[in-house]
Amino acid sequence: MTDAAKRTPLYDLHVELGGKMVDFAGWEMPVQYPMGIMGEHSHTRAKAGLFDVSHMGQVILRGADAASKLETLVPSALTTLKEGKARYTFFTNDDGGIMDDLIVANAGDHLFVVVNASMRHQDIPHMAKHLDGIEVTEIFDRALIAVQGPAAENVVGDLCPAAREMSFMQTMEAEIMGVDCRISRLGYTGEDGFEISIPEAKAIAICRAFLAHEDCEPVGLGARDSLRLESGLCLYGNDIDNGTSPVEASLTWAMQKRRREEGGFPGAARIQRELAQGTARKLVGIKPTGRAPARAGVEVQDLDGTVIGTITSGGFGPSVGAPVAMGYVATDFSTPGQKINLIIRGKAQPAEIAALPFVPQNYKR
Amino acid sequence: MTTYYSEEHEWVTVEGEIATIGITQHAADQLGEIVFVEQKEPGDGFEKGDDIGVIESVKAASEIYAPVDGEVLEANGALEDNPGALNDTPEGDAWIYKIKLTNTDQLSDLMDLDGYKAFIG
Repeated sequence: MTDAAKRTPLYDLHVELGGKMVDFAGWEMPVQYPMGIMGEHSHTRAKAGLFDVSHMGQVILRGADAASKLETLVPSALTTLKEGKARYTFFTNDDGGIMDDLIVANAGDHLFVVVNASMRHQDIPHMAKHLDGIEVTEIFDRALIAVQGPAAENVVGDLCPAAREMSFMQTMEAEIMGVDCRISRLGYTGEDGFEISIPEAKAIAICRAFLAHEDCEPVGLGARDSLRLESGLCLYGNDIDNGTSPVEASLTWAMQKRRREEGGFPGAARIQRELAQGTARKLVGIKPTGRAPARAGVEVQDLDGTVIGTITSGGFGPSVGAPVAMGYVATDFSTPGQKINLIIRGKAQPAEIAALPFVPQNYKR
Repeated sequence: MTTYYSEEHEWVTVEGEIATIGITQHAADQLGEIVFVEQKEPGDGFEKGDDIGVIESVKAASEIYAPVDGEVLEANGALEDNPGALNDTPEGDAWIYKIKLTNTDQLSDLMDLDGYKAFIG
């Protein structure tokens, strides 16, 4: 089946802004604008970038005990998630692997869920099947954008003053230019910022208003990837997938104490065993010593030439000014500073295990 | 001195049996911001079509294919410290190799500037 690539409500704006459009998970998305990936990346760290993330799935869960029912599919605590707060979590499979990662926001009378573009087709039926008595509604008529960077508060705050008062992982409904939007103070860049769900008819007008701010520039998927990689944030399908557990992926922080102890989510047996006994491999930061980027699939060896792991994400980190990567290595080799070799095009290139993130996080706590 | 162009978007400027080779501005623009160049060593021989280096941009890694048979005389060391020069002056200072041509007959398979311009449309 070859479906035509889908377009987000912001498609015409991307083209007008000179976005270089590529197919991403079945969507026509801008990989970069004329500023270029490095410039867009640096601008986001210095000021503010505007990202179209409308290809991601926005879902509303409505019904009695939606939070406790959703807890049967994820290992994070949701019944204690206060109204107006959001939380990162992941669907686990029966083997304790990760089916997708997602954000769940407690919007008061419903839960607002955002899942990955490439996994919408899996996640929505998965929730509909398992969340008995809960209405699962995928939203198709709203854009989702992110405004990220130290100036994001000013860019968004100029049009929505209440946004200035929000703290990290807070979510609320608020009016922007006369329409009701859902604003959440979070993102995928390691910087302060917001994700905003906007009725599609007003999406371009609101984005134009944000871009009219002198500190705000459009940013494509290329810089979105380098920003998240420098910030040590996992990309589903690369760093985490059905074969990797949240313990291996160093995502234990997203599984709150009650859930770790009580279980009651798919794959709990493996995850609880790994929490108690540790794992054979671990997701770590990897910093090549030289200039050659190490991309996904590159083999990791110890200094004796024994294979100890694989790179899952890698490239050039514009803010680091050098290549950066993430990957799984045998736990015995996972301590920052550990020297390793990366086999790039058949040649061993020196590298070392690095603490994540590569650049300090800059959230508004 | 004559300059030829390949379908792999390389240029070859020939003076007798010696040639300088690099990538075209069109290629550099397509690759995006270049962050790393891997080159062969002086003395390394190669045949037309061989992979003789790698250019890594922020987006992806791309091979450099030999436009003709030859032997590396010199690799442009400036690219090691400043790979971004390949975006700025790929047809000037940011040449990739000086080579010794070992089969000058192959030059007739390459395009001239007008031919290359037509090729990239």
